[in-house]
Formats: sequence, C-alpha cells, structure tokens
Amino acid sequence: MATLPDDVVLSVEDLCVDFRLRTHILHAVEKVSFQLKRGQTLCLVGESGSGKSVTARSLLQIVDRPGQIVGGRILLGDGETVTDIAALHPDSRTMRAIRGRRIGLIFQEPMSSLSPVHTIGSQIVEAIRLHSNMDKKVARERMIELLRHVEIPNAEKMADRYTFEFSGGMRQRAMIAMALAGDPDILIADEPTTALDVTTQAEILDLIKRLQVGRGMAMLLITHDMGVVAEVADEVAVMRFGRIVEHGPVDAIYHAAMHPYTRQLLASTVKLTHHAEARQPVSALSAEAPKPVLSVRNLGKTFGLAGNTTLRAVDNANFDLYPGENLGIVGESGSGKTTLGRLILRTVEPTTGTVLYRPKDGQEIDVTSLDKKELRGFHREVRLVFQDPFASLNPRMTVKDVIGDPLIVNGLAKGKALEDRVSELMRLVGLDPMGMERYPHAFSGGQRQRIGIARALALEPRIIIADEATSALDVSIRSQILDLLLDIRQRLNLSFIFISHDISVVRYFCDRVAVMHRGRIVELGGAEQICTAPQEAYTKSLISAVPNPDPRDKRMLHRQRFIAPANA
Amino acid sequence: MSIHETLGPHSKPPLTVDGPSISPLKQGKTVSTAAIGPWRLVAGKLVRQKVAMVAGAIILFLYLVGLFAEFLAPALPATSKPQYTYAPPQGISLFVTKPDGSTEFNLHVKGYKVEIDKAALRRTFVVDDNKVVPIGFFVKGPAYQLWGLIPMDRHLIGPISPSDPMYLLGTDRLGRDVFSRLVYGTRVSMSVGLVGVAMSLILGVVFGSISGFYGGWVDTLIQRIIEVISAMPTIPLWLGLAAAIPLTWSPVSVYFVITIIVSFLGWTSLAREVRGRFLALRSEDFVTAAKLDGSSEARLIFRHILPSLTSHILAVVTLAVPTMIVAETSLSFLGIGLKPPVVSWGVLLQDAQNIRTVATAPWLLIWPSLAVVVAVLSFNFFGDGLRDAADPYDN
Repeated sequence: MATLPDDVVLSVEDLCVDFRLRTHILHAVEKVSFQLKRGQTLCLVGESGSGKSVTARSLLQIVDRPGQIVGGRILLGDGETVTDIAALHPDSRTMRAIRGRRIGLIFQEPMSSLSPVHTIGSQIVEAIRLHSNMDKKVARERMIELLRHVEIPNAEKMADRYTFEFSGGMRQRAMIAMALAGDPDILIADEPTTALDVTTQAEILDLIKRLQVGRGMAMLLITHDMGVVAEVADEVAVMRFGRIVEHGPVDAIYHAAMHPYTRQLLASTVKLTHHAEARQPVSALSAEAPKPVLSVRNLGKTFGLAGNTTLRAVDNANFDLYPGENLGIVGESGSGKTTLGRLILRTVEPTTGTVLYRPKDGQEIDVTSLDKKELRGFHREVRLVFQDPFASLNPRMTVKDVIGDPLIVNGLAKGKALEDRVSELMRLVGLDPMGMERYPHAFSGGQRQRIGIARALALEPRIIIADEATSALDVSIRSQILDLLLDIRQRLNLSFIFISHDISVVRYFCDRVAVMHRGRIVELGGAEQICTAPQEAYTKSLISAVPNPDPRDKRMLHRQRFIAPANA
Repeated sequence: MSIHETLGPHSKPPLTVDGPSISPLKQGKTVSTAAIGPWRLVAGKLVRQKVAMVAGAIILFLYLVGLFAEFLAPALPATSKPQYTYAPPQGISLFVTKPDGSTEFNLHVKGYKVEIDKAALRRTFVVDDNKVVPIGFFVKGPAYQLWGLIPMDRHLIGPISPSDPMYLLGTDRLGRDVFSRLVYGTRVSMSVGLVGVAMSLILGVVFGSISGFYGGWVDTLIQRIIEVISAMPTIPLWLGLAAAIPLTWSPVSVYFVITIIVSFLGWTSLAREVRGRFLALRSEDFVTAAKLDGSSEARLIFRHILPSLTSHILAVVTLAVPTMIVAETSLSFLGIGLKPPVVSWGVLLQDAQNIRTVATAPWLLIWPSLAVVVAVLSFNFFGDGLRDAADPYDN
C-alpha cells in the first residue's frame, strides 16, 4: 500500500458513495478526492444536498443506510503504516479504534448530540475511558482539564450539570471537549455553528480554530456559509451534486475563482453584504412624509412560567411602518422577534399596547380591539410568509388549491377566474403555471417558498410580515427570493416587516432596522447606519460577529464582545 | 456580475432542477410522483408491504364468504340430523377404486358407520372407507333465499343426493353441519365488528376532533369522560348491560344492542388518537396559514386538518375491528352476547365449553377458534401495514 507524504494525515481518493433508493440509485458522492494536512483546515463548502455531510460521515464509516461506500480509498496514515478506512467493516474493532481516537467529530445539533440523562462530565469521562485505561479519578481530572480547554467557566462545577442546564453555545463547547477526549489528530466539524446565534458562532469558531492550531490537528470543516469559510479555512473544496467542482487555497477561491458555480456562490454571498442596488428611494422619506400604514405602540407580551416567574417575550415595542417601506426586525434566538410579528397579527394576543392600522381609506383601526370578523378583514390586508417552506404548505393540496384557498375562502374567485388568477400569481413569483396541478412535494425549497409568497399575495395585501422567510434556503436561492420580494414590493407598492436573525439579509433587503434583544427594541435606525455605525453596545457586538466573506479581511479578529447586564 | 443577471427575479426557474447524478435501479423505471395525489402515494406504499397485502386478501376472502354464506354452505345452519351427532370430519377424495380394481375419477366423501362403545354405552360415528358419497359442485340442496331476497337451491358444493351425509368439518351435538355453521357465523362475526367500529368511528372522530381542536375546558371534560369509561372493567359492564336486554327481544335486536354496547366502550382509544393528531396539526404552519387566509373553523377542520388524518384514522379503525370481533366472541361464549338460533363464531364456541366435548369432538373447538385467530391476525397485520403507509410524506 502506498505511503502518504509526511504532512498528510488522511488522503481520500476517488471516494464514491451510493444510496440505493426505491426508484433509483443516487450517487451522493462521486469520485471525491482531497487530503487533510497536519495543522491545516480544509473547508468543504456546498449547498444542501451537495454530499458534503455524507463525505464527512464516510470518513468514520457512519453513513446512514441505505448509503454505501462503493469505490475509492480513504487512507489514514499513522507513522509508517497506512490504513484504508473504506475497506474496513463499519463495526470492526479497528474502525471503532479510529473513531474518537484518531478522528473526532463535532455535530451540527448540540441539542440532540448530547445525552439528556447523563451529566456533561460523565459523558466526557466515558469518551476518555473508551480510548485509554485511565481510572475514573484520573479520567475526571482529564475531563476537567478538557472543559477548561474549551473555555467552560467554573469547569469543576459545570461538569456535574446536565445538558438542559447548558446553553446552545456551552453544549457545543462540551461537544468539542468530547471530540477532543481521545486526543485525535483529525477533527471533523459538520456545520458546527449553524444552529447557533451569530455572536455564539463567532466565539465557537474562534475556539475551534485556536484548538486546531494549538494542537496541530488536521481539520475538515463542513459548512454552507461562505463567511465562515473565509474566517477559518486554509484550503477550500467546493462541492456540488456529489462532486468537488473546485479546490484550492482559500485566497485563490475567493479572489480568483475559476468555476462558474464557485463564482455564483460567492456572488450571492457578497451581494448580501451590501444594500440592494435596485432599490428606489422610499416615498416615506420624501418631502411630504405620508402617515405610517402601521403604528405599534407600547406593545408587550408576558408569558407566565412555572411558579410565579414571568417572561417578557416582548417588552414595550414602538415603531412605525410607512407605505412602501421594508422594516427589518433583527435579533438572536429568544429575542422576541417572532412573537412581535405574531402580536401584530394577533395570532398571539398582546398583553399590553396597541397596533394602529391605516387602510387605504385613511381611517385608523385599532387592531387590538377588533372582533373575530373584523380581524379576518385585517388578515386579508396584512399577510404572513412563513419560515419553513415544507411545513407551511398542506402536503395534501395541489399548488392550485394552496394558492387559490384564500381566494375561495373570501369568495373572490372560482372556476376559470380562479385558475387565471392562480396562473397570474404563479407567474408573478417566477413559477411556471403548468405546475399548478402538482403537489408541494414535487417542488424544491425555494420553489415552495415562492408558492408561499404567491399565497400571501393572492389577496392583494398592503403589508407582508415575512418571518425568517429565507432562513431555510440555500444562499443562492436566498438572494433570488429577496430579489423577488423587492421586485414585487415595487410593482405592488407593499410594505414589508422582515423578521430575521441574519443581519446580511436584513441589510440587503431593508430600509430601516429594529434590533431586538431580550424582548426590547434596543436600536432602531436606517439599515446602513445600523450595519456600519451602530450606536448601542449590543448592536456593535452583533454586527462585529457577522463573518465577512473575504479571507483578507477576517471580521473575527476585531470582534467586539457584549456582556449583557445582569437583569433577567 | 454576469452570473447575477441570470438569477434575476424574472428568470423562470425550471420545474425540474438538475441534481446529483442518478442511475435507474432497473431499466425503464423512472417514476415521477409530481402530480400523484396523497391517496395514490399511500396505496403505493401499502402495496410494497407483502404481509399486509396477504392479510388484506384474507380479509377480503372472509367478507366474500360472509356475503355469499347461503350459497357457499352445503346445508342450512339450523338443520339437525339426530342420526349423525358428533360425526367426525370427512376428507374429500378424488378417485374411487372400482370392483374390477381400476380407478376412476369421482369426487366423493366417505360415509359413516356406527360403532358402539360398550364400556361407555355410547354410540360413535367413524368414517367408513367402503361407503362412497359422491359430491359435486353447484348441486341442488336445501332451498334458501340469498340475502333473504332471491330464492335459490343451488350450493357451491354438496352431496349429489341431498339425503346423503357430507360433513367436511364434522357435526355438533345435534347433528348440525359445523362447516355450514362456520360459514354462516363468518357473516355475523365479521359484520358485528364493522357495525361496532362504524359507531366507534363516529363517536371517536367527533369527540376527538372537538377535544383536540378547541382544547381548554372542553378538552379536559372529554378527556376525563374518556378516562372514566376506560377505567371501567369491561366484562362485568358487558355482563350487566347485556343482562338488561329483555329476553323477549328477537335475536336480531339483541345483536344490534350488543354492537352498540361494544362500540360505546370502544371509541375512547380512537378519540384519543384523533385528539393527539389534532393537537399536533393545529400548530402546523399550514393550518395557521389557512387561518390567516380567513378560513372558518369548520373549513379548517374539514378541509385542512381531517384530510391529513384520514389515512391514520383508517389504520386505527382497521386495528379496532379485531377488538370488536374478539369482544363479540367472548360475550357470546359467555352466553350473554348472541344467542342461538343466531350463528356466530362465539356461539359455535359455546358448544366447546366442556372438556368432554373437546375430547370427543375436537373439531368443535378447533375450527371456530381458527377462524377467530385468522381474522384477528389478518386485521392486525393489515392495520399495521396501513399505519406504516399512512403518512406518505414522512421521508
């Protein structure tokens, strides 16, 4: 068997993974080759379904059935000897010795990859003792040392806590400690920060990078986020449809990409670091300053928790939405931004405050005091676009039924007229009306989101509340959908309330941005001002944590931390 | 920026996105599910489950037997021939040996001869290999009315001469043909399940939907009622309720009341299932979307939520039928359900209650029990298959 060059720890050669499905064989990974070098980070980047996770899992022989490695070699070097992982049986002793001991793995979901019934410490001790014959006491000392390494404060105490007592970021740190327990020389991180808030993401990436450099590990980082890649990668491999389309040093990929797909991926990412160019000045900012279409005053929602504690999900929110304006509401998970959107629609009843809506005829309606029937009228003019393009469409209805349902319910069209209107709406959102008899499962995520938008537009609304409408989509689809919404806004003179955790999306799409933190709007201002010259400490830390898709200007290096004041 | 322009909002994305390379499993097998409705997806998934399909075929067979009971049974269920009490089952033979030694095709069963057990002073019948009773298909036999409407006298199988004995599964204490009674019993036993389940279905879906959709105190009330009902020990309750049926009622009305009693206790599990699904679906995005579209509550329930449940409900219902069959059998066995002259599997099993019968005439126990076991297993396997296929969108 061939020996590996000195600095190469793992060499993948022509790896092929097939999934034998009911109707066809899916070649999930096709002839993929790359090398992992000591002390270097290789980023495998691609959109969903590109085969990047399957590739990573093949390295540990943990591909889920019916996936199967059908060709190629995975050579793992260990001094003089070289082992071909692809030839090993997944359950063999040799394979189990490699997992954890030689190759550590960090998963995407810190919530589900730790056991809820064991303490964090005991889970890490187990991982340590699997690969050594340390006795329990020594193993515990080692575990605490590991927890200190991953910068968990108060490691001795925290080790005896359970998973649910840890926040998402802390769990991911514990997960990393576990991956390091066997002292591996290769670390695979499969979307390690995707489930985390942007400020936590920055900290975890920072930690992973420092550990990797400090220990001289080879790292394979899998991500869909070009910003993350730019922050940590030494080398980049771009995957699409199971193949590596381009491979090279990070600087070359970002500044001299050869393959059109790489360029398209970068363009979609870079585009979102600026304002949309095509936007026209908003009428609200012109001389006469029309009255706002929606005014939110002192809006609040308090949830009662167990015992006497209450949670202020939304606390005293105030803002105005002008005709033709895009207002962004941005914040991390748990900041109350989704609840705020639901309060405006009254799918969640507000505890305090008022929402004033001004229909076309100019009179004022207090939304908080509408009865059921009047609320229905309000819902015709203020529509919601959902986050999840899969859950928001009834799988048992054809696209025509889905888009036409609001028209039928409100008695606006039926028969041929309905069909014509549905065709018109489908064309408006860039779908082929030929597909109207199909069921949602026949469409991709981006197409489904277009169907959702068409349904929202069916009643000719004046305001659309888009709740994380692009978060579930791949980056190239994301910018397409945003452009579609901008285009529709101009054609139909709509106002948008765009709720998102993604600052780049808000910056691209919105005129003004409200930043939410712990239920409060901490800062409200023009999108460009918020993104380039934030005033509040929290906003500053939030903006500085956003990864910059340029390896020559790593945002992470001059990040600002925000320590929340201790009022819960 | 040339890539940008191709991504503009007006460029029509193709309906079929190019994706990872695939190759067909077998030749010419590229199935497009794009325009296939949910029911065809469920059916497609069900067909792939072989056990469920076999079970389904058996269920269909049993219902056909029940439907054409009069035609399929060689005798009437109530005709007793005291000269053939406890006659053992006969086997069907295809050939007879003629006196000259040559064999000839002649469908027949063997006749009986009487043996006297001198010690017990008891008459027993044994199959006599020398007596030949020729039988045939579509023979004339006792007259009957198919479904109580069409007068007929043809039977699928029977002795060519109506007075000859043909007891394929033996006879009982009164010399009645067990095979014919089993066939007639299929009709009653299989349908008592259906009627009962139909009533449980209505009760279960109505209460389950209300409970799951509205929640709050309505939900609490219905759930407490369900708990009280499920906490009742079933057999004593059946006994009590069945004892309340006046003795003067006709067997048919008794039969009807029994199904009501059984279903009155059987709807609770279905109601819980439906409630659980409603609770889960109520918070789904597509239901919220429909609500914001302005749908009324009725439309939400019937247009958006229930269609997502129907295949699940169907599976639960299929799994509820065997419970009903077993309940009827147990009740009748205990003598408080159906009573003679109505024939059901449970009534047939009544004859096999003492050890002496089981020792001398085991066929009285074996065949009705086997019928119950086969029917119950088939429903369970079919219901399981249906449940697995019920959600075509889970992968």
